[in-house]
Amino acid sequence: METLALYVPRLLEKKENFAPGHRACSGCGEALAVRMVMKALGKNVIVVMATGCMEIISTQLPYTSWEVPWIHTLFENTAAVASGVVAGREALTRKGKASSRTKVVAMAGDGATADIGVQALSGALERGHDFTYICFDNEAYMNTGIQRSSATPFGAATTTQPVGKISMGQNTWKKDMPAIAVAHNIPYVATASPSYPFDLMNKVKKARDIEGPAYLHILSVCPTGWRTPSDLSVRIGRLAVETGVFPLYEVENGKYTLNIDPPQLRSVEDYLKLQGRFKHLTPEMIKEIQEKVEAKYAELVEKVLFYDGF
Amino acid sequence: MKRVGLESSLAIAEAVRLAGVDVVSAYPITPQTHIIERIAQMVADGDLNASYIPVESEHSAMSGCLGAAAMGVRTFTATAGQGLELMHEVLPVASAMRLPVVMAICNRALSSPLSIWGDHSDIMAARDSGWVQMFAENGQQAFDLTLCAFRIAEDVEVLLPTAINIDGFHLSHVIESVLIPEQGEVDKFLPELPRPYVLDPRKPLTMGDFATPELYIEAKKSQDVALRNSKKVILQAWQEFEGVFGRRYSPVETYRADGASVLLLTMGSFSEVAMEAIDRLRESGEKVGLIRLRLWRPFPFEEFRQVASQADLLVVLDRAVSFGGPGPVCSEVQAALYPLSKKPQVAGFIGGLGGRDITTEGFEDMIRNARKKADAGRLGEVEIIGVRE
Ligand SMILES: Cc1ncc(C[n+]2csc(CCOP(=O)(O)OP(=O)(O)O)c2C)c(N)n1
Ligand code: SF4
Repeated sequence: METLALYVPRLLEKKENFAPGHRACSGCGEALAVRMVMKALGKNVIVVMATGCMEIISTQLPYTSWEVPWIHTLFENTAAVASGVVAGREALTRKGKASSRTKVVAMAGDGATADIGVQALSGALERGHDFTYICFDNEAYMNTGIQRSSATPFGAATTTQPVGKISMGQNTWKKDMPAIAVAHNIPYVATASPSYPFDLMNKVKKARDIEGPAYLHILSVCPTGWRTPSDLSVRIGRLAVETGVFPLYEVENGKYTLNIDPPQLRSVEDYLKLQGRFKHLTPEMIKEIQEKVEAKYAELVEKVLFYDGF
Repeated sequence: MKRVGLESSLAIAEAVRLAGVDVVSAYPITPQTHIIERIAQMVADGDLNASYIPVESEHSAMSGCLGAAAMGVRTFTATAGQGLELMHEVLPVASAMRLPVVMAICNRALSSPLSIWGDHSDIMAARDSGWVQMFAENGQQAFDLTLCAFRIAEDVEVLLPTAINIDGFHLSHVIESVLIPEQGEVDKFLPELPRPYVLDPRKPLTMGDFATPELYIEAKKSQDVALRNSKKVILQAWQEFEGVFGRRYSPVETYRADGASVLLLTMGSFSEVAMEAIDRLRESGEKVGLIRLRLWRPFPFEEFRQVASQADLLVVLDRAVSFGGPGPVCSEVQAALYPLSKKPQVAGFIGGLGGRDITTEGFEDMIRNARKKADAGRLGEVEIIGVRE
């Protein structure tokens, strides 16, 4: 283990294109994910970001954490702005003033992606622009104070779907955003987690290098919103994968691959019980979640097997 | 240079082609469709070497323009009515981020009831978005002002988005006699786009940061100063335009205003009808004249005061309602006149909503009516004219 600890960091890109000193909460899984994404992307990239935690924590005037060109305009239009940046790059390339090797990467939270920005994203994916879209999913509107989104999981307490005398928190199942991306027939869709850094960075590079739209969905543990200890973010991210709550997979031109396939899924309770947002759950609700997770996971395995020729 | 009979919408498309626009990001809405359809055809035929983004909404149309303009390429869009409303959130971002997008607006009434026809409700609701805003009266002006818009918006002293307003249908769909210059003449007037602040990995910039109360007001002050100062460049651009093409534009244009005791003020294509009314009244010996407000933002205080202060009565036509308040143009000109010691009385009328015509007689009546009101001391009220009770 010790030798591994010495060796593994050496494989990582040293250069930080997302500089420290930003204002994210300690233990923020989203900032960790952004940092890894930026290590993988390199310097020849233009980042388009939505309003949300990552924007607010990294660009308070007159400071910036961004070592690459970066633009933010609004909450819901990130994919559309990215379309314009790509078109601008094309125009400049025609005139020999830019190169198509400059990659355009849009970044947004789950609210900006699955709710208010889903129209702009769908339009951009359908039009086939050559860009990568990354959703940092912390399962609620964290920047504005832990309000529910359509990516909030069943049973989670949020400030707009709180637990009360007659409410058990979120009463809907998480919107399957990667499936929506897949439905656009784009060349590359993947899920990732900063708890699996190499898997994440490989996927970022793949997405970056593919011609056409690529969509990455990264589960980002938010200690503030999930009511979790700030030193457990990496472990909780792992548990999301090991329980099957958030499987890591890729869809390349429609072909599904499961990247981490634990021989046996752990009980979802291992994941849920560490989080304050689930502390009110009854055994029945946990059972319901367990069943749903298993069913979704089986569906995914079916898709993987289908492409394996079974 | 050749003279052609051309629909005003197509004249704008022609200006876009001659300007060599790089990116067009647009969404269709009546009465703007002819502009973007023609541009799409030019791109499809290879006559315009541009990227055309057929976005899924106006919100995305303007957002796409932001992205392209931030890359430092020449950017155009067009819209109308509900489309401008849907863009509303994005408009002030374009100006605050100093992104020189050019937009044609085929002014259209706002729902409800749904109306595809013209008035100025759309642009008046976007008045405070920080854009340079001008109004064209005819097809030639639509063409000319579109060319000028690129020259003004992209000037490094300005770097502000610019809108050319043309009346939906009344102007957008009218075939006009238009002089179309050669490419060489356009190139003499319109330089290559300067690219002082752009997204470029070799020189990384952070654009669109967030500001605490310590810095926000400074950002807004500098934006306001930039828009006010843009008038210098606008005047210079129009002067250069005259030098190359021989046609002259000013922020406040007049018609038979010399020695007029009553001045009518209009914006956009209705000015041409108003001119006929002025001719008729002048023929019957009345000392009336016309102010055609060409530049709406930055508001040309000096030029306006100089012309308007000589009259006794100013009759203002608004083609938008500020519900429960005075007409937006009327309140603006009243505020501009208020500090003057010698100023005309102001009579405000609202008309021409949702495509309703105002005829020559209509303007004559308006002026007579204004006189009567002034004599009776009843100028305080706004009046919506031409209503069937
Ligand atoms: C049009 C609009 N509506 C609402 C907001 C307020 N707002 C800003 S960020 C945000 C939530 C962001 O949530 P998400 O996209 O999930 O990102 P996170 O902050 O959780 O990373 C909201 C609701 C806004 N900025 N613009
Ligand atoms: S609220 Fe959550 S996502 Fe936002 S900075 Fe804090 S930990 Fe990160």
